[in-house]
Amino acid sequence: MMPFIVEWLWSDALVWLLVVAAIGFALYTRRHPHLRAPWARVARSASGMAAATVLAAFVLVGLMDSLHYRAALPQQGGKTAYATEVRSLLDRVLEPLRLTREKTYSAPLATHLYAKETVQLQDGTEARVFPRLRHGGAHLKDPQADWCLDVAMKAFRGLTFGLLLWFVVAIGICAAVARGRDAGIEMVWRDAWAGRTEVPWRAVFCALGLLCILIGPVAALAPYYHVLGTDKVGQDVLYQALKSIRTGLVIGTLATLVMLPFALVLGLMAGYFKGWVDDLIQYLYTTLSSIPGVLLIAAAVLMMQVYIENHAELFPTTEIRADVRLLALCVILGVTSWTGLCRLLRGEALKLREMEYIQAAHAFGVSHWRVMMRHITPNVMHIVMIALVMDFSGLVLAEAVLSYVGVGVDPSMISFGTMINSARLEMAREPMVWWSLAAAFVFMLTLVLAANLFADAVRDAFDPRLIVGGRS
Amino acid sequence: MTRIRPGSFLPILALTLVLILALTAGCGGSAWNNPYPAADAGANILYSSFSERPKHLDPVQSYAENEFAFIANIYQPPLQYHYLKRPYELIPFGATEVPKPVYLDAAGKPLPDSAPAERVAYSEYVIRIKPGVKYQPHPAFAVDESGRPRYLALTAADLRGIDTLGDFRYTGTRELEAADYVHQIKRLAHPRLHSPILQLMGEYVVGLKELADELIKVAAKLPEGAAVDLAPYAVSGVRIIDRHSYAVRVRGKYPQFAYWLAMPFFAPVPPEADRFYDQPGMAKKNITLDWYPVGTGPYMLTVNNPNRQMVLERNPNYRGETYPAEGEPGDAAAGLLADAGKPLPFIDKVVFSLEKEQIPYWNKFLQGYYDASGIGSDTFDQAVQFGGQGDITLTEDMVKRGIRLQTSLATSVFYLGFNMLDPLVGAAAGERARKLRLAVSIAVDQEEFISIFRNGRGVPSHGPIPPGIFGYRDADAAGINPEVYEWRNGQPQRKSIEQAKKLLAEAGYPNGRDAKTGQPLLLHLDTTSSGADSKARLDWYINQFAKLGVQLVIRATDFNRLQDKLRRGTAQLYFLGWNADYPDPENFLFLLHGAQGRAQTQGENASNYKNAEFDQLFDRMKHMTNGPERQAIIDRMVTLLRHDAPWVWSYFPKDYTLHHGWVFNRKPNQMANNGLKYQRLDPALRAQRRREWNPPLLWPLALIVVALVLSAVPAVAAFRRRERRTATAGQR
Amino acid sequence: MTAYITRRLIYGLFVLVGVNVFTFALFFFVNSPDDMARAQLGAKRVTPEAVAKWKHERGYDKPLFLNEKSTGVAKLTDTVFFEKSAKLFVFEFGASDQGRNIGYDISTRMWPSLAVQLPAFIIGLLVYISFALLMAFFRATYLDFWGVVLCVLMMSISGLFYIIGGQFVFGKLWNLVPISGYDTGFDAIKFLALPVLIGVISGIGSSARWYRTIFLEEISKDYVRTARAKGLSETRVLFRHVLQNAMIPILTGVVVVIPLLFMGALITESFFGIPGLGSYTIDAISQQDFAIVRVMVFLGSVLYIIGLILTDISYTLVDPRVRFS
Repeated sequence: MMPFIVEWLWSDALVWLLVVAAIGFALYTRRHPHLRAPWARVARSASGMAAATVLAAFVLVGLMDSLHYRAALPQQGGKTAYATEVRSLLDRVLEPLRLTREKTYSAPLATHLYAKETVQLQDGTEARVFPRLRHGGAHLKDPQADWCLDVAMKAFRGLTFGLLLWFVVAIGICAAVARGRDAGIEMVWRDAWAGRTEVPWRAVFCALGLLCILIGPVAALAPYYHVLGTDKVGQDVLYQALKSIRTGLVIGTLATLVMLPFALVLGLMAGYFKGWVDDLIQYLYTTLSSIPGVLLIAAAVLMMQVYIENHAELFPTTEIRADVRLLALCVILGVTSWTGLCRLLRGEALKLREMEYIQAAHAFGVSHWRVMMRHITPNVMHIVMIALVMDFSGLVLAEAVLSYVGVGVDPSMISFGTMINSARLEMAREPMVWWSLAAAFVFMLTLVLAANLFADAVRDAFDPRLIVGGRS
Repeated sequence: MTRIRPGSFLPILALTLVLILALTAGCGGSAWNNPYPAADAGANILYSSFSERPKHLDPVQSYAENEFAFIANIYQPPLQYHYLKRPYELIPFGATEVPKPVYLDAAGKPLPDSAPAERVAYSEYVIRIKPGVKYQPHPAFAVDESGRPRYLALTAADLRGIDTLGDFRYTGTRELEAADYVHQIKRLAHPRLHSPILQLMGEYVVGLKELADELIKVAAKLPEGAAVDLAPYAVSGVRIIDRHSYAVRVRGKYPQFAYWLAMPFFAPVPPEADRFYDQPGMAKKNITLDWYPVGTGPYMLTVNNPNRQMVLERNPNYRGETYPAEGEPGDAAAGLLADAGKPLPFIDKVVFSLEKEQIPYWNKFLQGYYDASGIGSDTFDQAVQFGGQGDITLTEDMVKRGIRLQTSLATSVFYLGFNMLDPLVGAAAGERARKLRLAVSIAVDQEEFISIFRNGRGVPSHGPIPPGIFGYRDADAAGINPEVYEWRNGQPQRKSIEQAKKLLAEAGYPNGRDAKTGQPLLLHLDTTSSGADSKARLDWYINQFAKLGVQLVIRATDFNRLQDKLRRGTAQLYFLGWNADYPDPENFLFLLHGAQGRAQTQGENASNYKNAEFDQLFDRMKHMTNGPERQAIIDRMVTLLRHDAPWVWSYFPKDYTLHHGWVFNRKPNQMANNGLKYQRLDPALRAQRRREWNPPLLWPLALIVVALVLSAVPAVAAFRRRERRTATAGQR
Repeated sequence: MTAYITRRLIYGLFVLVGVNVFTFALFFFVNSPDDMARAQLGAKRVTPEAVAKWKHERGYDKPLFLNEKSTGVAKLTDTVFFEKSAKLFVFEFGASDQGRNIGYDISTRMWPSLAVQLPAFIIGLLVYISFALLMAFFRATYLDFWGVVLCVLMMSISGLFYIIGGQFVFGKLWNLVPISGYDTGFDAIKFLALPVLIGVISGIGSSARWYRTIFLEEISKDYVRTARAKGLSETRVLFRHVLQNAMIPILTGVVVVIPLLFMGALITESFFGIPGLGSYTIDAISQQDFAIVRVMVFLGSVLYIIGLILTDISYTLVDPRVRFS
């Protein structure tokens, strides 16, 4: 028997398809110098590379959270049964965070609950005290005396380890670069820090260093404390923030991707064929874009709910239901945002079809489809690329707002939107519970900021004059 | 610098903003953040809120707590609940006394009060109303010099320039008559109004159902847009005796009818009002009875802008009611009897503001802009603390502000229901399913739920009847639910999770796995998820089931879908709650009566629970008067329920409310919604406190302006430098 | 010109027909009339008869698109679609599922929305342009660099945080403005100050950055170099030439949103308790009052199309070279 079976959720499949496509695209690009050139320009942007480093960390977390499995249950009667809960690799790694649930709120790194509780004292009387946490700082004998030193020691150890890791990775990068250039590692290292390398490795090292400095102590403290505190039902906030990353990434990428084929085909057809095809397609996207987005999304999400309810047998577990709803949200977000891209592609196709080489192709009797596939599509890919990265941050932000309105992701799914939505009431508490909101704020800001900076770099490299998207 | 640079725009903007604010809010000495007009600062106005706009204010349609909060103060049904006394007691309101039913046999002959229920074919209630009661001023009653009604034959031209009821210049009034009460009973059968109690009352009030059927036919024949005139029709069981009395005939013995008489469904509505509002063109301007009530009660609705504000003002024609002179023991000490004998109401005006979000509401309460507030679980620790002996007191901060706390047990019950039609957990699976249900009942730790989500504002329930209602038994050695609890150390203790696991194993699911197939057990919970708390709540439930090794699948859905599933009987587990209509155990036990099965009869028994013995006992208990015999039957019924466990008995909520020191005579009353008239205010104290609590902090604003100006300095320097350089560069 | 606008109007009408058919199909797939009835009739003691009665009264018991039982034109007009959707074209909005007149509600709720949106729009435009102009003036210096960083940072923060934070700081900590609420007339200012401020601030990031790109593009053009060569000071160049020319793309870009200001801001209004169309829409969604949602969709589309036409017109006004084809 297998210790687990892999469970492919729909969004997982799409995410990994995207990864495979991205790798394929990268390999293809490597072999074509004219495609490589703009990417080389991206690689020369300091802010872009630093942002890419941070994004890579987020993507790593998101990918780990996109490998789902169901664990085998202990044997019973010779047959193997598998748990119904679907867990991801990230859940497995973060098990110490997921399972160490407290009763209710506790502050970051706290050893005691944030709310008083009535407990029975030894002499039989009752008192209201802050009880010790079940897990956070449970290894301390006398929290008051030991806490400070313990946290400092663990943080320091984590920091050291983080710096060590950083050094190893940085040296590794230098070594790789050195091999490519046939130079000494030391030389590359010095060049990198002096800013003399073509790729701004200094920015990458700085971003990487910052990440390691943060991750090291957190990783060292996390098994013993709730580094970002716990929420109302005692779940670790750090765990939730990390789980939110996948939701954000999936929405940010898949929403554009699922509608990409439509936008591409329709936009190019409109621009290429002109005439009634153009009129029809223009009519289609004017109609769609004139419908207020939120209302369209609300209606579609409610519709999806009806479908799920009526076909409950297709969606046996909470995770699958949530996943389907997430995908539906992606599709509908895509529907509301593809029109802009479609318009741009149409304009570009209009320009391209008048080019001499296209006219020449026509003269040689090349079929329309072939012309579109071979000659036009490759020449608009930069617009698609830019739209993809520029839309990303807007979509992540949109998710939070939609969840507030109640038409966002499934309530059982952890996302930035659901985190903010449940944390917004905590601001009114006295003493204030700030850590859930702060965690959502910081993680979201970092993700969106990195995405924005990276998008800027990509746009500048591909087509600095193109203004994409009206979403603000 | 002579020219205004664009960069200096921001500080200027901030400055003007400050100036405008200072001008508008600063004058009059009231605080900057006062959301009300400064002129009202010292007025005798109570400030309250509503979170959702009321759907109906028509007394035959309205059936929701938030709607009753308004109309219970406007309309005057025959009876009301005593404000102070507990247990709840009916006293006359529109009537002169609480009517005693006269029992009649099938032939219409009177029977003695002691007659057995089977022989009683009808009960007749004769209701005498107080003479001299006047309606609130309203245009429907306005008459011109010659005594003809002014506004009952309006044309489209007359309605020009009229957008709200207040735009009618003239108003009038007239005396309340018994005929108005009878008119309202007819309105229950109105084909265009959808009274939620028509079905139920149709079974009891003689002739009501027949009238409803007849009126549907009448309405179908009318041309589109034409109003249905009720005047020519009558309910055969309701008759007007004279100007000030009328009689209602009810099928069988139905002692609960008196409670219905205390609800707005039986309040008087003048036929003029229907004639007035039915005129063409009114509905288009949203001038309907559903929107502008006409009553004889202590208050009248003068502003109805549910997007922002609803205002109740004292009805100038309301007379004759005084503050009660007696109450529960302890009321005198609490100062609740100080105003005894004084005429009601005390407060001139009540302003309800729309407040959807909890945070602004709570903050405004602390700033003194709302006079009373509930306590949410997020604001609990700030307001309330537990004393050494587990008693509840306000926190120091609250005490310093002069805030007072009141607690009361709500007459509601919350439960996690099993659908008894479900093949896995329902009746079909017999004893196996019963053990499974019990195991779940034990595993879901209500005590923890109450402590996390309600901060202890609730009592774990041991049965369906909440405290304060006849038939409730305290959870003492004899009163606990022995299926889920055991009596240890002088208090009820939830059975251990091991015992629950044992039950689960006996049910055929050792460790949450099917003994035969080894498949893990899946249970499905259908629920609406709304509010910021819902995710935490659902996570908590999943964990409770996980203690048994059972996986709970949450099917989050919207309200419509949930209702639909319950109706079709396809849900497995679900949450619901019930608020008492009236303080009688029948109103709770009927939720599990077989004949009320949701899937078969669209009744209120959403669990579709059916137990022959229970149903039989229910029919007997229904029309008994409270006494040891009724208690014995109820005890037996509750024992049956505990054994079958169709619900996970969850909790009875406890309401905590806070009010400021300038509000007097507040006492929570779960049955009555017309408490406004008893309350009194000290507006001078409130005005003073508001000033003390809300000093505007100006230094941060000044700091921002200074920071902006300072940040402009290097910009200016750079600007100068650049200006010079480009100028020279240009000349080169 | 007139012929062109007429053509655009007719096209707009066609788009509206499309919107209508699309939303109608969507909404009736989501919510059967039964659902609507039950949602509106409440939870306690609802009977099938009451549902049937409710549906009949509001005309939801008719067939959706084609009425076989009727004759002639009534086959098409005596349907839910005609009753509920086609009438929108003559601005007959009908009654909400709760029975209130929607047209009346919209006409009263429009003004509070506008009271927030219009100041936010105008002040916003001024602030963004001056901020962008400053950045353009200081281009390629540290001021420009940090300005852009600030912009990117500000546009990376979710709007929800601005609202939550603003209410907390200005309303609760500093007692400067009422936390929420609304009033008519002059008193409205104290309620509007914070929502307007937040509206402006939350837009700074993306807008100022966008305008900066436009300015920079303009600055790089030949005529600017010529002007500078003539010895004009940088300020003069910026204000006289760059600003004037850059206003064309900026203004034509924002014209499209002006009609949509009527629709209000969804989240802001419900957080601040402003009785505008935004909170109206949110309420309708949460109460599943689809009659209102349908009307709002229609209204939104109408305003968007008006915006498009206005954009077309404004192009011709600022740039006479644009031809109508």
